[in-house]
Amino acid sequence: MPALPLDEAGKYVAAAYLVFLALILIYVAILAARIQRTRDQLSELAELAERRRDEAQPPPAAAADPERTAQARGR
Amino acid sequence: MALATTVVLVAAFALVFFYAPNDADQGFIQKIFYLHVPIAIAALVGFIAAGIHAIRHLRTGESIHDFRSYVSIHIAIIFGTGALITGAIWAKASWGQWWVWEEPTLVSFLIVYLLYATYYPLRYAIEDRERQARYASVFAITAGAFVPLNFMAVRMAESLVHPRVFATAEGGLPGSMMFTFLVALAGMLLLFVTMVRFEIAAKQTRGQVNRLRRALDEAAPVGAHSRIAPVPPVEGAR
Repeated sequence: MPALPLDEAGKYVAAAYLVFLALILIYVAILAARIQRTRDQLSELAELAERRRDEAQPPPAAAADPERTAQARGR
Repeated sequence: MALATTVVLVAAFALVFFYAPNDADQGFIQKIFYLHVPIAIAALVGFIAAGIHAIRHLRTGESIHDFRSYVSIHIAIIFGTGALITGAIWAKASWGQWWVWEEPTLVSFLIVYLLYATYYPLRYAIEDRERQARYASVFAITAGAFVPLNFMAVRMAESLVHPRVFATAEGGLPGSMMFTFLVALAGMLLLFVTMVRFEIAAKQTRGQVNRLRRALDEAAPVGAHSRIAPVPPVEGAR
């Protein structure tokens, strides 16, 4: 088969290189979405850990009040 | 690594279009060679690397090698897809057909690609993690051994239209073309390694998040409704 003229061959060459670029871009987009999801999960877990810590520690005012502390122990 | 990959790939593509001469026989369309062949080689190298990691996994029992084998196959499948698509485009331009079923090189590559495509269903059909990793390693070794055997068989087979080697009756690939090809191959192999590393980092991070989730879940006070709910959809991600 004779060599294609430049204007005809250019379309195929461009298509091949664009396919390569598209594959890379799709991969990067998927990876970016996964990183975003992991970041969201991490921030949710951080919030949860902070909430647990706050729940575990009584507020300073309640801890200082002996009457409330006694009531809490009586429960 | 990512920076080196970008620099080498950009240099390779610059060499392809501004340095390497047009092929005397095929003309401008031969520029696809610098993309198609390195992608195909990187895919096959990835399959073999997966087999080597699988051997290490079976020898040591360390799950990291199974993990690397899995990721190598994952990325090699992406490269294989690229090789098939760019090859079909080149075939259409050169031979007038998207695919030639009589050509052993094309069909053998497709067989290897489809063989590895069965890796995921096989792997996830097994629930037990230990068995899953062991069977997947056996698959990766067997299929990895098939790659060079297949390559040799194709070299021995009678060629129809697809060239087998770079050398021609008039001599090998000219120096400028060979140099461009080698830079493109180096770029593609670097891209493969970079993508494998990104994928491993992403999967390990996700694994650590899941571990943290489980640890927080187990550390919840008794009686409290502390089971962590599934992650709600994030508005910004929509």
